[in-house]
Amino acid sequence: MQQAPKSGFRAWLDRRTGLDSLLHHALDEPIPGGAKIAYVFGSGLLFLFLSQIITGVFLAMYYVPSADHAHTTVAYITKEVTGGAFLRSIHAYGSSAIIIVLLLHMIQTFFYGSYKGHRELVWLAGCILLTLMLGMAFTGYLLPWDQKAYFATTVGTNILSEVPLAGTAIKRLLRGGTEMGTLTLSRFFVLHVFLIPAFIFAFVATHVYAFRRAGAAGPPNEDPVNPKLPAETFYPKQLVMDMGFAMLIIVALGVVAHLYPTELGPKADPADTQFLPRPEWYYIPVFQYLKYWHGSTSVLGILIIPGILGLLLVGLPFFDRSLERRPWKRPVSIGIFTGVLLGLGALGFISHREDTRNPGVAAQLKIQHEDTQQFMSAKFEPELSGGSLAAQNQALANPAATQGKALFEAQGCNACHGDGGVGTAVAPKLVGVGNKYDAGKIQSLLEHPTAKMTAGGMPTVSLQGDEMKQLIAYLESLK
Amino acid sequence: MASDSANQSSAPTRRSFLAGLLAAGSAAVGVLLAVPLVRFTIHPLLSRTTEKSWSEIGKVDEFQNLDAPVKKLVTIEQRDGWRRTVLEKPVYVAKDSNGELIVLSAVCPHLGCTIPWVDKEKRFICPCHLGTFTPDGKLISGPPPRNMDRLETRVEDGTLKTLYQFFRQLTPNKEELA
Repeated sequence: MQQAPKSGFRAWLDRRTGLDSLLHHALDEPIPGGAKIAYVFGSGLLFLFLSQIITGVFLAMYYVPSADHAHTTVAYITKEVTGGAFLRSIHAYGSSAIIIVLLLHMIQTFFYGSYKGHRELVWLAGCILLTLMLGMAFTGYLLPWDQKAYFATTVGTNILSEVPLAGTAIKRLLRGGTEMGTLTLSRFFVLHVFLIPAFIFAFVATHVYAFRRAGAAGPPNEDPVNPKLPAETFYPKQLVMDMGFAMLIIVALGVVAHLYPTELGPKADPADTQFLPRPEWYYIPVFQYLKYWHGSTSVLGILIIPGILGLLLVGLPFFDRSLERRPWKRPVSIGIFTGVLLGLGALGFISHREDTRNPGVAAQLKIQHEDTQQFMSAKFEPELSGGSLAAQNQALANPAATQGKALFEAQGCNACHGDGGVGTAVAPKLVGVGNKYDAGKIQSLLEHPTAKMTAGGMPTVSLQGDEMKQLIAYLESLK
Repeated sequence: MASDSANQSSAPTRRSFLAGLLAAGSAAVGVLLAVPLVRFTIHPLLSRTTEKSWSEIGKVDEFQNLDAPVKKLVTIEQRDGWRRTVLEKPVYVAKDSNGELIVLSAVCPHLGCTIPWVDKEKRFICPCHLGTFTPDGKLISGPPPRNMDRLETRVEDGTLKTLYQFFRQLTPNKEELA
């Protein structure tokens, strides 16, 4: 690496590109005190981000960001496309992996005091990257447009309206209206795929550039400005460690994605009044924390306390100017940092305990879990395109179905389920119900609606013999 | 640093050997990781997106006493990735010279107009360029290059079914369109 070859292709390439000096600069970075496993998290994050970009680009090959099609296309990816469930799982679990490695990276930097000594910009860019990554997780969560995506994002955007003065305006801007809808999905898609990634690129560049300019800080007993310990170059030892960590990440992600592919719930149903949204695990502590603040105190809890903590975090290298890096000599900052981390962990634990101890909540969460299982085990059902025949026309082919159609309208079924059973805001579509259930199951559902159906306003249908058959024939003809 | 002079010549070789090893290893892992991406990408090429499906026409009994071709609408379903389109296409149920039931596509093999049965003339007469066909679809006169296209049929539980297909126009032989 030190000596550029004098002749041949490599020499020509180096003259044209300066590749060798670039490689030299990248690989021969001195690390005071030598390579350490503790330093692998930064490059691990870069690797994970790259993995998210690649899997994300491929997922976009089938995904359509519209409230009409998003759920169908994600179901198509998950249930039909070769390796689709695996790729989607790598992408979904990748976001969790990023949060975990980000935490480790932050903890390492904090305990090693590596933000000290002319490293304010490295720290600031890092804080911005943390926010951007949380933004990626938040916006990406909505895209599958299933029940939990829809309701978790409804809650998430509602929290924004707590911001004084501008809150409601921010919420409406993000949603593209007062309610969640297809415009919300478009906005989240643009944020997730174009805007936030662009900012991440810019701040990763800033982060890495500022880091290289200040130099590696080395272990906690090292002087952060004028390193004294013997240095070792990044290549080979640290590079091998970094690559080993990347391998570990990809193997772990691959195994989890293969064994426990990420699930997709039933399509978002805004009319569902029962659904209990739960955010991803890394948002659970915040979710739990927000439960404690109501009414007049909410400004304190939602704005002032997080604001102070955020300011403390972002301003850390400005408040904490001493060059002392050893953790046991910095009890205050280490104490606050550890306290906040433990507090978040405790909130997560409390949330989990509350969910399992409250019988009503536990029962509803169980129903939601079963709905998801049921949706996942059902065969993929392609979406009927707009140019297709109206369902009504098809029904006319079967005389029993024609009479069933009259019953469907006479009984007022169409008032909630829509003409032709296309579904409305208050009741699900019935198109394709014949593919899901056989005639016997449909009849038993009509005569004995499930608790969930009753709660949604579905009455018991009592028709005698032939009429029941005709109605079922019509329902089965809806395709 | 003094003892390094002996290593000076061998160090770069050892370093570049390691570099080669790492590069080869990364390339191998990269190729391995690309496999699911490639499989994901070529999925539509490997799976049949348009499945051939048999459409019901009606009970065989109702066609037993045909004295002229009768027009029926069949419902066909096309798959396009995650969408499906349901279309209705007209076909004719007729009898061939042996009295067997046949199903004819109503699409003119000339330029694709829909051919009506003209009962007064006892002929199929295409309104576009006046191609005429016998009741069992044989070409009599006009510009069409071949007879009307017969569709595959089968009878299941007394129900006549057909496999609706599209055929290339303007060719003397019937060529199925994918």
